[in-house]
Amino acid sequence: MRIFVPRDAAALALGADKLTAAIAAEAARQGVEATIIRNGSRGMFWLEPLVEIETPEGRVGFGPMTLADVPGLFADLPAHPKALGLVEAIPFLARQQRLTFARCGVIDPLSLNDYRAHGGLAGLERARGMTAEAICAEVTKSGLRGRGGAGFPTGVKWETVRKAEAAQKYIVCNADEGDSGTFADRLIMEADPFLLIEGIAIAGRAVGASRGYVYCRSEYPNAIKIFNEALRIATTAGMLEGFALELRVGAGAYVCGEETSLLESLEGKRGMVRAKPPIPALHGLFGQPTVVNNLISLATIPYILAEGAEAYAAFGMGRSRGTMPVQLAGNIKHGGLFEVAFGITLGELVNDIGGGTTTGRPVRAVQAGGPLGAYFAPSQFDTPYDYEAFAACKGLIGHGGLVVFDDTANMAKMARFAMEFCAHESCGKCTPCRIGAVRGAEVLDRMVAGHARPGDLDLVKDLCETMKFGSLCALGGFTPYPVMSAIEHFPEDFGGAPLPLAAE
Amino acid sequence: MAEIWNLQRAQEIIARHKAQEGPMLPILHELQDRFGSIGEEAIRLVAQSLNITRAEVYGVVSFYHDFRQAPAGRHVLKICRAEACQSMGGEDYAAALLHSLGLEWGQTTKDGRLTIEPVYCLGLCACAPNAMLDGQPRARLDATTLQALAGEAV
Ligand SMILES: Cc1cc2nc3c(=O)[nH]c(=O)nc-3n(C[C@H](O)[C@H](O)[C@H](O)COP(=O)(O)O)c2cc1C
Ligand code: SF4
Ligand code: FES
Repeated sequence: MRIFVPRDAAALALGADKLTAAIAAEAARQGVEATIIRNGSRGMFWLEPLVEIETPEGRVGFGPMTLADVPGLFADLPAHPKALGLVEAIPFLARQQRLTFARCGVIDPLSLNDYRAHGGLAGLERARGMTAEAICAEVTKSGLRGRGGAGFPTGVKWETVRKAEAAQKYIVCNADEGDSGTFADRLIMEADPFLLIEGIAIAGRAVGASRGYVYCRSEYPNAIKIFNEALRIATTAGMLEGFALELRVGAGAYVCGEETSLLESLEGKRGMVRAKPPIPALHGLFGQPTVVNNLISLATIPYILAEGAEAYAAFGMGRSRGTMPVQLAGNIKHGGLFEVAFGITLGELVNDIGGGTTTGRPVRAVQAGGPLGAYFAPSQFDTPYDYEAFAACKGLIGHGGLVVFDDTANMAKMARFAMEFCAHESCGKCTPCRIGAVRGAEVLDRMVAGHARPGDLDLVKDLCETMKFGSLCALGGFTPYPVMSAIEHFPEDFGGAPLPLAAE
Repeated sequence: MAEIWNLQRAQEIIARHKAQEGPMLPILHELQDRFGSIGEEAIRLVAQSLNITRAEVYGVVSFYHDFRQAPAGRHVLKICRAEACQSMGGEDYAAALLHSLGLEWGQTTKDGRLTIEPVYCLGLCACAPNAMLDGQPRARLDATTLQALAGEAV
């Protein structure tokens, strides 16, 4: 009997280790020969801990499991109170287009054999037969845009680094994943770490880099542990062919997700944002040409190389090609990772896929794209999930997070939080960000407390304008988006009249 | 458990990382893991070993939220204060816990048992609200389970 219990951080946070021990003990007690495999998560977090048992028909799931549910796993399975049937038939999974996340939750993350048996390494093998120029061209043709937030074409960035002449070039994987509501990077590191290693190996060949770093936030100890283990296995197996890859751990600074701040941090300095130009592609880590890519951008590369640029580009809409791992989070019934082609609407994601709120109350707002992303109101739910469509709504897709709030949310408080967070995380280089955010939080504090002075709202709007145009990076520059969108869509929380129902 | 400052151990840690590119953060992390904080002796030693000024090392230590110049309590409970956890009531639960312990964010109980710190996202945002006790994550908390979690650390 093969039993799968995830070793994903969310599953662990919900008792997966105790559950594993209980399952092993129960199997021994009943004299059942059981092999327990610690897989990654499928990304259906409302079902975690999700235990799976292999049957001739396929893997059947049970969740969310508690210790009391364990004995039933050794009885009539379909009658188990937590039985979910075939895992791959669960609508949340069945409706996805899993290209990048295809193996997540399926395989043992630390088994290179599993990885290979499920299509792993095909991309790297094809890349070995291609010139560096052809690999870059393939990535450009796929239409892949950076999944870290800015949406810059990955192939174009690689081509710039490839053409640069230097004795040493670097690949830097941005796994800082600071945005609230996002966990896609973490899922890959914990569920399919060889995928990232393969993507980095391909990137190295494509641009002529022989060294690389994965910069992972310190808030992810489980991902760090699993990835380091995978890296050791991959290195021993010769997967990296001499490419020197190392994981580095951040130290709790959100701004270090910004690429130049990240480079400073890797160099061992304060994470102060650098002015651009020079761009990191030409003048990056230790002044050398450097590819800085988000983890998901790199993890998407093996599919593109294995299946071809056209296969990837066949998904999506407009200039948003391929798929996006949308992360449904916050007050949402079916929270998790939903990989889907661009073009699905925001409302489908929140209501059809996500099932509305956990609390069962009406959805009031959805913050898209992390702490620097706009709040959307349900009146905007027909917006297609697409870089340009979101930009047209003064919003952003960012790293793919969606945080849902029910009707008890106070949007003035959320606007205040955006300012406070900016003040807390500012690197301090520019005045509008460093001082403006503190002032913004103070004024919004008054408004939340009901002591707004005349002109306070205009003051906040002015501060937002100053921050937007006077900031060097998107921390100061984009904090106005959550603030202004909250003011625009939820005026009643800022002492104004609610929007007419027709506009809602 | 953190050890008390030991020059030789600290020198070993630094020596082990010194040949790496950009060794500063790996060194600081390991010093803090070992000794619980990065105090004045550690800052001076790192500066001397990497041949940079004390001010530079101090600048790095003070920039990052993770690094502490004074030891924390025996246990550290990091409670997530980011948006997804807020959407599930995390702020109220945290406020109630702090109130019951008579603490502000970042403070330690008088007996040195527990430090409570904010963290901005643990990547568990689909099972909010969340916290991490001594590096172990906990999800789907509520007022009662958060209180119980704080009580687990003895
Ligand atoms: C304040 C701030 C935080 C950021 N955090 C992240 C992050 O955690 N992960 C990430 O990949 N990109 C982050 N970015 C974007 C990076 O600067 C950069 O655009 C990205 O790593 C490039 O990779 P990509 O082209 O593959 O997206 C952040 C940007 C800013 C301004
Ligand atoms: S906007 Fe803020 S975080 Fe960005 S460079 Fe300026 S001060 Fe630093
Ligand atoms: S917002 Fe709390 S874990 Fe992500």
